[in-house]
Amino acid sequence: MMITLVGVSHHGAGVELRERVAMRLEEAAPVASSLAAVAGEAVCLSTCNRTELYVAHEDEHDAESLARAVLLEREPELASALYRLHDEAAALHLFRVAAGLDSLVPGEGEILGQVRAAFEAGTTGAVLDRLFRQALHAGRKARSETAIGESPASVSSAAAALAQQVFGDLTGRRVLLVGAGKVSEQAARNLITRGAEIAVVANRTLDRAAELAGRFGSAALPLERIEDELARADVVLSSTSAQEFVLTREQVERTARERRGRPLFLIDLAVPRDVDPAINELDGCYVYDIDDLEAVVAETLGARRREAAAAEAIVAAEAEDFRTWHASRDVVPAIASLRARAEEIRRSELEKAEARLGALSESERRAVESVTAQIVNKLLHLPTVRMKQAAAAADGVVYADAVRHLFGLEDER
Amino acid sequence: MAELLFWPALIAYGEAAVAYAGVLRRPQLATRLAIWGVRIGWLAQTGLLAAEAFRAEGFPWSSWSGALNLLVWFAVGAYLIWGSSPRYRLLGRAVMPAAAVLFAVAGFGGAAADRGSGAFVAIHVGLVVAGFAGFGLAAALAGLYLWQERRLKERAVGLLRLGAPSLVTLDTLAARVTVFSLAAFTAGIAIGFVRGHELDLAVAGAVAAWLVFGSALLARRELGWRGRRVAYLMLAGFAVVAILGLPAGHLG
Repeated sequence: MMITLVGVSHHGAGVELRERVAMRLEEAAPVASSLAAVAGEAVCLSTCNRTELYVAHEDEHDAESLARAVLLEREPELASALYRLHDEAAALHLFRVAAGLDSLVPGEGEILGQVRAAFEAGTTGAVLDRLFRQALHAGRKARSETAIGESPASVSSAAAALAQQVFGDLTGRRVLLVGAGKVSEQAARNLITRGAEIAVVANRTLDRAAELAGRFGSAALPLERIEDELARADVVLSSTSAQEFVLTREQVERTARERRGRPLFLIDLAVPRDVDPAINELDGCYVYDIDDLEAVVAETLGARRREAAAAEAIVAAEAEDFRTWHASRDVVPAIASLRARAEEIRRSELEKAEARLGALSESERRAVESVTAQIVNKLLHLPTVRMKQAAAAADGVVYADAVRHLFGLEDER
Repeated sequence: MAELLFWPALIAYGEAAVAYAGVLRRPQLATRLAIWGVRIGWLAQTGLLAAEAFRAEGFPWSSWSGALNLLVWFAVGAYLIWGSSPRYRLLGRAVMPAAAVLFAVAGFGGAAADRGSGAFVAIHVGLVVAGFAGFGLAAALAGLYLWQERRLKERAVGLLRLGAPSLVTLDTLAARVTVFSLAAFTAGIAIGFVRGHELDLAVAGAVAAWLVFGSALLARRELGWRGRRVAYLMLAGFAVVAILGLPAGHLG
């Protein structure tokens, strides 16, 4: 059974094309099912960066044209952006995808879950089942044995990771959100996913603060009153369009006594800056502006790219393992037939000799059974090993055909 | 025969110290090598102490070298609890070089002395040594805090790569270790006084260390001091221990 992959990804198609063929999981499942009804096995993997159809089948051309047709039906302009991969190349591609090596940000973590979901929604048999399970294994292994997925890949996740360097677990930490724009909201969500609580949203326009505070279940405050909340906050996240500092050193100093030495982490995502950099000189206060955070991201992305080389080696080893297994499927039926034929001959010869063996005791009979079985096993051991080796070296089909021909196994094919 | 265990322990501690020095360049390999060095060294040292205890009739670590040996064992044992965790691997950079040096000093400083003083001395010395070991560990945590804090202030490159414990964790842990150490140390000193120990330089050093660590805890609790100031106090306390306590041969 061969494997064919037909798909489109961020490498060859812009978002305007990709979004036309993207499928939700509920759509992907019936697509896979209808493909499998014709080809044998199918999985549809659709994320924001790619839509790929994996098909395991007997006839390469039929499966490929079928998969192409499914995608082109959704978007005819896609033809030039489609790529096709077969067998080992398709497997290696999927393993790289699962490890996050084909993603825009190397090692991004979401893709592994998406591959798992696609696999579970697909219609799989022996081949795609093994392929996807091994891909998930390769993805997990690449992440656990390298640091490819450890460091933050965006400014907001870098800010959250730095806050964790100060506080450890962010659960229950109070965040003062200054500014009610999209940037603030996005960065705040990253802190929330790590357990922090958006306690107060402060904004020049109280209505907008209240609107965003409503979404977070927090309180709203006019900008002039942020000092009231400063004493209780653990993290300040600021992103306003103000032209002067929204938070000054003097304001923070005034709350020092009430803070009783608790650290304060200030994230300034605004340009021009909202937070007076002199606050960083105060004991227990840490100020990170947009440049600082971008430097952290650049450094961690560099680290991810360096780790990618090690992850590629892991993925390549897993792909080779899969290739060996897949190739061995070419010779397994021939080996099984050969062993069955040998056993059949052994049994029939023993039956023919029944008259001469009649005088043997039960233990002597068992000894004869054992000796003949051992002869058959020893005779077939080397051909079996050689056929599997040949399969791994891509000559499996030739060897399997030769064995079938030499031993007259054609009829059992 | 038991002294033969000294060398494997010293080599393993030395190896761990060297491996921790390389943790910034190759974190995974260095950590693995270091942790195994700590484990093997500590097991060998445990064997050494067990052999000394078996051979002696009384308390075998009442000499300054024996007490130092015991102190290293306490400190490394306490570190092992956290040292196996990747989050605290950087602590090994402070603990293991000191442990290797002190262990070597203890080993070359002479054999364990059996003063035959019985359980009283054993409890006194054991508690004081456990307290010293805890102070050492607290000082290592404080040192790590100051290093990590400076890196955060300076926005150092590779800040997230090392996976150091958070500032709050280090601060809290150092305080907790100090609480337990101070309790053991206080009990040890009290037993010493009950036994009729005279006031000398070593006792003055021990009391000074007690005061500094006690002030650190008091300032933390009553004045709300956190972080840098408490860390400096703990380092000062350990300096008092190192400068006045041990060389004065109080335990001898």
